[in-house]
Amino acid sequence: MKTSRLACALASVLTVGIATSAMAEVAVNIHYLKQVLETPPTLSNLDPIPEDLGMVGAELGLQDNSTTGRFLGQTYALTVTEVYEGEDFAEAVRAALAETDLLVLDAGTDQILQAADLPEAAGALLFNSGSGDAALRGTGCRARLLHTLPSDAMRADALMQFFVTRRWDEIALIAGDRPDDQAWADTLEASARKFGLSFGARKTWVFDADMRRNASQEVPLFTQDLGDYDVLLVADAADDFARYISYNTWRPRPVAGSEGLRPVAWHRVVEQWGAAQLQSRFEKLAERPMLDRDYAAWAAMRAIGEAVTRTGAADAETLRSFMLSPDFELAGFKGAPLTFRSWNGQLRQPIPLVQERALVAQAPLEGFLHQRTELDTLGLDQPESGCTAFDN
Amino acid sequence: MKLPILTTLTAALLSTTALADEIWVTNEKDDTISVIDIETMEVVRTIETGERPRGITFSKDFSVVYICASDSDAVQVMDPNTGEILHDLPSGEDPEQFVLHPDNRHLYIANEDDAITTVVDTETRTVVAQIDVGIEPEGMAVSPDGKIAITTSETTNMAHWIDTETQTLFANTLVDSRPRHAEFVKDGTELWVSAEIGGTISVFDVTTQTEKAKIDFDIDNIHPDRVQPVGFEFTTGDTHAFVALGPSNHVAVVNAETYEVEEYILVGRRVWHMDFNRDRSQLFTTNGVSGDVTVIDVASRKAIKSIKVGRFPWGAAFRPTD
Repeated sequence: MKTSRLACALASVLTVGIATSAMAEVAVNIHYLKQVLETPPTLSNLDPIPEDLGMVGAELGLQDNSTTGRFLGQTYALTVTEVYEGEDFAEAVRAALAETDLLVLDAGTDQILQAADLPEAAGALLFNSGSGDAALRGTGCRARLLHTLPSDAMRADALMQFFVTRRWDEIALIAGDRPDDQAWADTLEASARKFGLSFGARKTWVFDADMRRNASQEVPLFTQDLGDYDVLLVADAADDFARYISYNTWRPRPVAGSEGLRPVAWHRVVEQWGAAQLQSRFEKLAERPMLDRDYAAWAAMRAIGEAVTRTGAADAETLRSFMLSPDFELAGFKGAPLTFRSWNGQLRQPIPLVQERALVAQAPLEGFLHQRTELDTLGLDQPESGCTAFDN
Repeated sequence: MKLPILTTLTAALLSTTALADEIWVTNEKDDTISVIDIETMEVVRTIETGERPRGITFSKDFSVVYICASDSDAVQVMDPNTGEILHDLPSGEDPEQFVLHPDNRHLYIANEDDAITTVVDTETRTVVAQIDVGIEPEGMAVSPDGKIAITTSETTNMAHWIDTETQTLFANTLVDSRPRHAEFVKDGTELWVSAEIGGTISVFDVTTQTEKAKIDFDIDNIHPDRVQPVGFEFTTGDTHAFVALGPSNHVAVVNAETYEVEEYILVGRRVWHMDFNRDRSQLFTTNGVSGDVTVIDVASRKAIKSIKVGRFPWGAAFRPTD
């Protein structure tokens, strides 16, 4: 386990003479905990997962909050803990809760549930920036747990809205054989059915050959019996084989899901709505582009910052009720104010649909309507969520 | 001392060609300025600029035009007659917006990437002061008496009040999310600040720096999330404000006495900034996504023409040509 403490340098160095009336000193401590997982080996080493994934997002959120805070007499501190495999995540969370009741958790579903169910977490406010699992937003939701990472269901729905708009009605799917591949495939399939698309063949990718050498021979054969379809979905959570599917399919069809057209929380190609500024701030800090979990950690930090700014409070209870109230809105560089769903704590947000070099579209797409907000056409809506922990 | 020479120069030009007044539009993704002839309502000139031109303003005597070339990290000073860049001003990194002090000498520049407002002396071409403000400074304004400058910061969600005597902050006031534009009105007694994501305009009493009104917008059949106030300008006598509402593709007409919206006018896509013609009978709005400028007849409050310009038009500035 490795813990480091970041007090924002900006806040301590700069002194600004301000005549704002009635400023109360508020100190906000946030603890970011990351579960470091051994990732499975992949066929290509071209795109290693950054070791500081998520962490730099939290760090940037700290800087953003601190800059605002210095005008209001509010200071922020961030503690970062990495919990390695074989170490006890719940124990690390317990230790963190002894210091603060504001936690950002970049971890898997089980670890997040363990953390939320600790007796010490009863009065705390937890943010999930690492798991897209629908269970955490559905029957497995927890009252003290908010989610800044979009759910996998939101991302799947975003993709399906695009297919409906383009009339790509017939869908085929290839999924890896790991549990998270199959879970992502199930989410995509459920979403396709929800949007009335015709879901055809689904095959599991079980080859263990090195596809860098023979993809062109293997993939046409593998995809030959998928029948006809408009678009091929690939579910490959570990980014193992998906990159070898494009252009090698038996039929000339676009690829989407884990390759080709991808629904994401964030990507370097997002430039509109002032996003270019967030991108450049992040790249200056991280020396790499901002990714999904960086964005989710940043959004959690900023949600806390925004609530502190508006309420002048730093206690979990006040911040939580403000975040779930209609008064809360976060400017998240996605063209619409981001708010939390009051029934399961999910941060509503547009989903960019990207290819490697450009933004293709941003969901919700035009024409998908909802009585509350079009953002609620993505992911679990209130009637279907099954979450009851927020009924208070 | 400079003025008479210039007048003769312009007069000389006028004698050769009958020039009409112009609207200058910066095209953020084309690195150009489109010059619109107000009489023919056509683009008559396209002038190259530095990278990603956004803010644009003329000197008080219209002898030079200042352009924020954001990605060139410079404020360019251009001769509007020839389109020639005379020199660059030190501007700090990523200048987005600026305002020229009534002394016609000091530029207050928002450095979007650096959380800084830079004050530049345009005569000595030196940086006079750099003031730490909130994240992503953007909206800039200066009071008519020149005593107060304002920077709004988009991510910090504040209006920062700068004492131009000491070049230091004397107040910071919270506004709604993503403040974009600020203007002093009614002889400097009121400050208006638009908030893009908040969907509001806050009106401040300048003496006390307290909020005295908040303006909301509500367009039939358009979701409030898409109603995003950005640039705005006032009609003669500051009786009405015309407010660009971004991706709702509308401009609102706000009664500046009652703070009520009287009308919504449909314009191009993602309407951004604007400027009036000489007698303020016509308003020219830049529409970022549709790449055009909408001309609004102020009296009838109707859009009367749209003029194709470059890609992602951003700023607009009026230039008289006599």
